[in-house]
Amino acid sequence: MSMHAWLPLAVLASSLVPGLVIFALPESWIGLRTALNLLGALVKLVLVGLLLAGVAAGEQYGFRHAVLPGLELAFKADALGLLFISLSAVLWLFTTLYAIGYLEGAPHRSRFFGFFSLCVTATMGIAMAGNLFTFFVFYELLTLATFPLVVHRGTPAAMHGGTVYLAYTLAGGAVLLAGIVWLHHLVGHTEFAHGGIAAALGPQYAGQLRIVFLLLIAGVGVKAALVPLHGWLPRAMVAPAPVSALLHAVAVVKAGAFGIVRIVYEVYGVEFAQSLGLLFPLAVAAAVTIVWGSLRALFQDDLKKRLAFSTVSQVAYIALGVALFGPIGTIGGLVHLVHQGIMKITLFFCAGNYAETLGLHKVSELSGVGRRMPATTLAFSIAALGMMGAPLTAGAVSKAWLIEGARAAEMEWVIGVLWTSSLLNAAYFLPILWRAWFRPPPAAWPDEHIPARGRRETAWLLLVPPLVTAAAVVVAGVFAAADWSPLAWAKLIAAREYVTPQ
Amino acid sequence: MTSGLLFALVGVALFALGLAGLVLIGDVLRRILAFNLMGSGAFLVLVGLAQRNGVPDAVPQAMVLTGIVVAVAATALALALARRLDAQREGALPEDEDG
Amino acid sequence: MADPLVGLVLLPLGWATLAFVLGPGRGAWAALAGIAAQAWLAWLLAAQVGAGGTARHAVGGWGAPLGIDLAADGLSAALLLLTQWLALGVALYARSYFAAGDPARRYFWPLAGFLLAGLNALFVANDLFNLYVTLELVGLAAVGLVAAAGGERQIAAALRYLFAALAGSGLYLFGVALVYGVYGTVSIATLAPLITPEAPRLVWIAGGLMALGLVVKSALFPFHFWLPPAHGGAPAPVSALLSALVVKASFYLLLRLWLGPFAPLAPAAAWLPALLGAAAIFWGSWRAIRAERLKPLIAWSTVAQLGYLFLIFPLLAVPAAFGAGVMQVFAHALAKAALFAAAGVFIQATGQDTVAGLAGAAARLPVTLFAIGLAGMTLAGLPPSAGFLAKWQLIEAALALGHWPIAVVALAGGLMAAVYVFRVLRQAFCLAPAGAPVAAVPRALEWTAFALAAASVLLGFFGVDLMTLIEVRA
Repeated sequence: MSMHAWLPLAVLASSLVPGLVIFALPESWIGLRTALNLLGALVKLVLVGLLLAGVAAGEQYGFRHAVLPGLELAFKADALGLLFISLSAVLWLFTTLYAIGYLEGAPHRSRFFGFFSLCVTATMGIAMAGNLFTFFVFYELLTLATFPLVVHRGTPAAMHGGTVYLAYTLAGGAVLLAGIVWLHHLVGHTEFAHGGIAAALGPQYAGQLRIVFLLLIAGVGVKAALVPLHGWLPRAMVAPAPVSALLHAVAVVKAGAFGIVRIVYEVYGVEFAQSLGLLFPLAVAAAVTIVWGSLRALFQDDLKKRLAFSTVSQVAYIALGVALFGPIGTIGGLVHLVHQGIMKITLFFCAGNYAETLGLHKVSELSGVGRRMPATTLAFSIAALGMMGAPLTAGAVSKAWLIEGARAAEMEWVIGVLWTSSLLNAAYFLPILWRAWFRPPPAAWPDEHIPARGRRETAWLLLVPPLVTAAAVVVAGVFAAADWSPLAWAKLIAAREYVTPQ
Repeated sequence: MTSGLLFALVGVALFALGLAGLVLIGDVLRRILAFNLMGSGAFLVLVGLAQRNGVPDAVPQAMVLTGIVVAVAATALALALARRLDAQREGALPEDEDG
Repeated sequence: MADPLVGLVLLPLGWATLAFVLGPGRGAWAALAGIAAQAWLAWLLAAQVGAGGTARHAVGGWGAPLGIDLAADGLSAALLLLTQWLALGVALYARSYFAAGDPARRYFWPLAGFLLAGLNALFVANDLFNLYVTLELVGLAAVGLVAAAGGERQIAAALRYLFAALAGSGLYLFGVALVYGVYGTVSIATLAPLITPEAPRLVWIAGGLMALGLVVKSALFPFHFWLPPAHGGAPAPVSALLSALVVKASFYLLLRLWLGPFAPLAPAAAWLPALLGAAAIFWGSWRAIRAERLKPLIAWSTVAQLGYLFLIFPLLAVPAAFGAGVMQVFAHALAKAALFAAAGVFIQATGQDTVAGLAGAAARLPVTLFAIGLAGMTLAGLPPSAGFLAKWQLIEAALALGHWPIAVVALAGGLMAAVYVFRVLRQAFCLAPAGAPVAAVPRALEWTAFALAAASVLLGFFGVDLMTLIEVRA
């Protein structure tokens, strides 16, 4: 097996193997477990770095294995997949660090970190899937690997949230499977290819292809939390904070959004999807989701629930960018895949810090928290401003490209949607910031677990990850024009998707 | 009507009777008898239909012999189970129960 | 014993007798050695069939019709392989399970041997009457295994099972008699060219009766009434053998006749088994979702999973349907054996088998819990398990012929299976009631359950090999 075949497999193995070993470890072997976790995360980063360098230089990476006659598990590491892989690999490292701090002394940590690693493995599989079949295999594995994390606490609320999560995602999986088999039946394969594979069928299949598109988008739309398929996401926020980070930023909703990108660009082909009239309904669904998610977020007093509805809204930006026919909108959508990830993970890290350190769960309890936990609140503020699209943040870059894309696609109403969303974002984030920085703190915090020690407001493992990701929010905004920025990579992908070598 | 066909028709009737008994009757012993009736019916059909040309055919005879052995074994098992069930329901274990 | 065909039939008879003489302790070792040898022979046979077409053996040098011919094509070889390897797993499990002194241990090994001999003979038998004899041998051994524990509930279930099995094989035998009356032969190979759509009505009736008899023995809805008490009440290793293999034997026979000599008549009735299969999926899954105790839940799941096997009949015009049927046989056999084995672990650990009662034990038996999780993936048809490949092929075949309702049934059945599987799995995450006693369980029990479950998932990566093997036709 050449290096070009084993590198994608090694990326999978770098989290799968530590995960399986961790399951077997006794609960008390904390040192070895932590070492394995970090070793896996670091090895994965190195491997992803190799892939990035190779793909930028035009190398092809792939591996195939037939599971049935005519049905293959196929992996490929292309520019689009690597965008997602790099995001997940980097955020996995920080989430792992954070989770080690967050779960210190909690029960069932072997189980937690085992499934955590499986989750990332599934995400890597989704990102590197070379056809829809492989995508589906890992998409369902992701569902199975996240369920134990969502119900990790075992409380009735957690069990309920987990059950709702399963019901939505498994039903979505069944719909997705129906679409995939149908497509496989029509085309004979489900390969991801530049320019799509569905266009090869004659015009008499247009009707069937529209239904298949609906099935596929509904199937991945459940994880991407498109309204009205978003019901599980706010309920799943009962999970521990690192899991919320995983659901909202690293893996689950991203997998759904990524699926939409793959289906539109590499299964249908964006020109063909446009000619079938499929992009406009997708844009409308995304716009409705953006506005509805923001509106619901306004009325949530529970901080994590407010963030969850904010995710519903923000992830739909990606779908919106895809649905804006043209390379500029694509760049906006793709870059938001990364930007939303780093912003939202920062917010969830901070929410976790408030809850773990001081027992704060509600927005109304956050008065004056900026004085007690300035660093956390600073990170929270940066990410929240980014979500609103404030200048010099990553969010501003995404929003600018999306607005340009809407203008280029001559869909001016989308600009209205984006501005409305920004205003609503401001309406639900600014009161939090104001409360945290300018309102006086209460006499005593509800449930202070971790006392302040000198300048350190909480455990350092909880503090470093949000500060790093918050810094990344600013860096991705300020240095958007650099060669190594997410934006540059998104431009590379858009160039490859739209200028298709036949 | 040849004797073979007559055998076969009687066989069909016995089989139907036996099947009805097996399905409809509740009593265990009578169900075991019904099963035996059913088996006999099938054997009669096997032997009867094969005799159409008046020449006995060795193959179905061999089959019926085998079939009878199977039926005896099944009957024995059914009787043993029925007996055990009865004993358990009366609360007394049969004398050969030691493990 | 150079010929694997003969070895596979005689070896289990040999060790069954030996195990009866030696008693359960040393008998178990004889059985394990025998099954290991069988597993090796089945492997050889599969390699031989895969490489050079069918295998054939005339017992004692006598040819048909008076002698008995044994033959194996790809399908037979595949099922022989499954039976031996699965039996090896269950036997390893049973040795530890019965070490504790279960009342069923005295009869388990001899009866299991006769059961395996019957199954193996059934897979290589070549005429309708020998198939009847093997069918009865399997049925009687299975009934004996159900009754082996000796409790009142088990014996009542065994009697109920016995009568259903006898009615089924009686119907089958009657059909064979009619076929012999018309054609003067029971050899499958000889019959194949004789039966045409213009065949006399008696042949149609014979075909119908044989199919009905086999369907009763396969526990297809509404003839499933005997299965839940028999499979749910027997000791765990027995339930595993019965649910995994015995019900599949009659399905194998039905499929063989349907695709073989009765193929010209079959299309007329193809939708009936599919409709009943769909009903079985919904009813069995529903009862499994409602079940309070673990083993009845698993037994009702068997009723539902057998339904999938019968969905393929209207689709047999496309090769994917045949593949789906065989893949489902494999997937369900491995997963169901694993589930019953896992249930046995929980029963030994907690002394009871309610689903809610797992809450305390599940977190402390992680290997067994993983076994349930992996087997559950297969039952729910989630990738990358073998059950998923079966579902994929089934949906593909249904869409290829435009019979999309079958695809919908398969997808809905998968979701219902997920409901009852996760009903069990979620107990592991519920906060456990403090101080629930959990007895120590031999590790061999946990790991054999896990190995069976893992096999049901890993088979999902080797679909090509299985499909290539079963393509070898006589």
